[in-house]
Amino acid sequence: MDLLLPAASSSASEVDHLLLALLLISGAVLVLVFALMFRYIVKYRASSGFDRGAVAQKTWILEGAWTVATLLVFFGLFIWGAELYVRLFQPPPGALKIYVIAKQWMWKVEHSGGQREINTLHLPVGRAIELVMTSEDVIHDFSVPAFRIKHDVLPDRYETLWFTVTRPGTYHLFCTQFCGLDHSKMVGAIVALTPPQFQAWLEQNGTAGTLEAEGKILFMRYGCSGCHGGNGNGGNQSESTVRAPPLTGLYGGPVPLSNGTVVIADERYIHDSIVLPDQQIVAGYAPIMPSFAGQIGEEDILKLVAYIKSLAPERPQ
Amino acid sequence: MNSPTMASTVVEAGQIDGSYLTDGFTIRSWLLTTDHKRIAVLYLASITMFFFIGGIAAALVRLNLIVPEGLLGSAEAYNRLFTMHGVVMVWFFLVPAVPVTLGNFLIPLMLGARDLAFPRLNLFSWYLFILGGAVTLWALFAGGVDTGWTFYTPLSTTYSKGHVVLAAVGIFIAGFSSIATGLNFIVSIHRLRAPGLTWYRMPVFLWSLYSLSVLLVLATPVLAITLLLVVLERIFHIGVFDPAIGGDPLLFQHLFWFYSHPAVYMMILPGFGVVSEIIPAFSRKRIFGYKFIVWASVSIAVISFFVWGHHMFVAGTSLYSAVLFSILSYLVAVPSAIKVFNWLGTMHKGYIRFDAPMLYALGFIGLFTIGGVTGLWVAALAADVHLTQTYFVVAHFHYIMVGGMVSAFFGGLHFWWSKITGRMYPEMWARVAALIMFIGFNLTFFPQFILGYLGMPRRYFSYAPEFQVLNVLSSAGATILAAAYLLPLAYLVWSLLYGEYAPANPWGATGLEWQTPSPPPTVNFIQTPLVTQGPYAYPPPETGRERHV
Repeated sequence: MDLLLPAASSSASEVDHLLLALLLISGAVLVLVFALMFRYIVKYRASSGFDRGAVAQKTWILEGAWTVATLLVFFGLFIWGAELYVRLFQPPPGALKIYVIAKQWMWKVEHSGGQREINTLHLPVGRAIELVMTSEDVIHDFSVPAFRIKHDVLPDRYETLWFTVTRPGTYHLFCTQFCGLDHSKMVGAIVALTPPQFQAWLEQNGTAGTLEAEGKILFMRYGCSGCHGGNGNGGNQSESTVRAPPLTGLYGGPVPLSNGTVVIADERYIHDSIVLPDQQIVAGYAPIMPSFAGQIGEEDILKLVAYIKSLAPERPQ
Repeated sequence: MNSPTMASTVVEAGQIDGSYLTDGFTIRSWLLTTDHKRIAVLYLASITMFFFIGGIAAALVRLNLIVPEGLLGSAEAYNRLFTMHGVVMVWFFLVPAVPVTLGNFLIPLMLGARDLAFPRLNLFSWYLFILGGAVTLWALFAGGVDTGWTFYTPLSTTYSKGHVVLAAVGIFIAGFSSIATGLNFIVSIHRLRAPGLTWYRMPVFLWSLYSLSVLLVLATPVLAITLLLVVLERIFHIGVFDPAIGGDPLLFQHLFWFYSHPAVYMMILPGFGVVSEIIPAFSRKRIFGYKFIVWASVSIAVISFFVWGHHMFVAGTSLYSAVLFSILSYLVAVPSAIKVFNWLGTMHKGYIRFDAPMLYALGFIGLFTIGGVTGLWVAALAADVHLTQTYFVVAHFHYIMVGGMVSAFFGGLHFWWSKITGRMYPEMWARVAALIMFIGFNLTFFPQFILGYLGMPRRYFSYAPEFQVLNVLSSAGATILAAAYLLPLAYLVWSLLYGEYAPANPWGATGLEWQTPSPPPTVNFIQTPLVTQGPYAYPPPETGRERHV
């Protein structure tokens, strides 16, 4: 039995330090409470002839003292835990994106190069990883104890998780949000490889086209190109009416909406625009796009998003 | 008057024949009674049954986890068992246990009143509880529910194949029983206090039950609405929670925890009340910091409504809400810490006796403190990311609810057993049971903290082999714990027939309930008591030892 959990991500040891501090503080509180309790049990047992003397009547100084002391300790713990949590929430620059799709009861992984895996996730050590995760059915949770990370995976939403692995090895991947019958079988392995090993793995498994290339085929097949144009350029510019907004250069830029607000076109926006097109209407266009919810699986949506992201900004002619 | 010397006068003046127990022997006289004491006994029998049903489910869960691949051989059965354990224990034991039994029995006695404000409503709430319990049990035995007690969507609304609707309806009905009970308690405490019993002369138990009642009345309707929405979505496919039909799965979690976090305090507040009666009685000393203890209960009741988001730190809510809920969670822990120090302060310079109720109360302090400090772990955001949804959380809330609340319940049951039944329980057996319970509890749940740190997820039918040793330890502890729960069942039933007859005030305790005979007459008091001083006016030990008669 291994009582020490490997600390295999850049944040794992920081979390462990926090846990150690919590352990020490808890230990101190417990020693204090149990020591006082046993001392009083022995000293003030009814049969003991110990002279009690006068009993304190005014209690508010003591009450105030332990209230303030408790508050201060708690506030310190709050700051420590929150600071670390907020820092882990900041996206690192240049992260390698890997897409994770959860369904009852398996993990499907898609790499940008088109490599696919099930219940296994290969990734390189030493490089920031960004997982973009969604679920095809119920809520799942992507949890890797060795990395001290965990995040719920929700249907119809993209949730992201960032981390950097520091030690090569194979680690447990658990689903930790109860998801039905075979919840406990929804486990997998995270295989952390050195960068050269990872490169070799990518090349061995690179079969079909990249996500973008497959997305382009789907873009035609699902009829997106009918309105958004064969190259996502907004259709035939010579027509008098343009039915759909152009998609070139969309990703990462601001999109003015018909309700007057402006959103940044991130992955979640593109995903939602396919599934729930009437939620956010681009200013100047009619809400005519049908919803593709239930018609396109999350894997295909991922490919479409990858393709739309790849559309280069229009170059001036 | 609120002093032991006056007690004997009241009893003698009464010239009472018989008690509430001898006031009618027919089944009808029990099932149609409006006497709060008889209703409390009805409730006691009901929740005992639910406790053992939930306990059997827990035993099978622990049995399954002895081997990594799952001893029961069926994930489906396992999922239904832990759901059954959670549903029965939370809604049909932990939330109602102390209020509907000890609360029902003692509130009018402590107030110096004849009954609760609405005796018929009291009986009606028992029938609602039984109806709700029957519907839920029907759902659980007709095939069960496979969602966990939390009913997370869209699993519960779209994907589950269990009897979600039936179970939800059962809990919905039982919820109205809680609301009625809460209302009854609030009105009784406001309107039925004996002459001279001002707010600050009330025992802490009454303050705790009052705070609890406010929670029951305000939070339970939210649960009812949430369950109703689940049922509507499941039957009519109205898109509330399932994103596939336009809903939001996180909305359910917000609504559910808006009830269920205050529910945690509904479970523990009455426990605080019980322990605050026992410790002064067995330390023969006024409670330390009465007003601080009282207002700690009230502030827990208020703040507990603003901490629900700490169940969702990894659920995909915003960063800012997580930070806010973290600090609020630390804030709600302060009043609990204050209470622990005040109980220790009460023991300081006391004359401590170690009868079974006190042993349970001391066990409560220890286990509740462990549960409390591990709460600090999961309130720290970055630590919670690692620990949440693992066995660490299971251990943490069992320390609060089972270690804390169930210990307090047993302590209270032993403390007031003589008042309820007119008989003394066998002291030696009770002490042994209290000790075994403490040991068995720690052996069961302490290993789960380590399992959680190592990453073992909750609700796993089968698990990685490296977790086996700790799981076997935990299951071994559960066997001891089961014995410790069966022991009181045996000797308490035995005492009903063969126990020593109890005097009015076997502990020499203060409080109006000790001034009437054990068991009390149907009318509780022959003369309405008059209160002239605050609670816990324990005399010096020389005159306070009339107990061992």
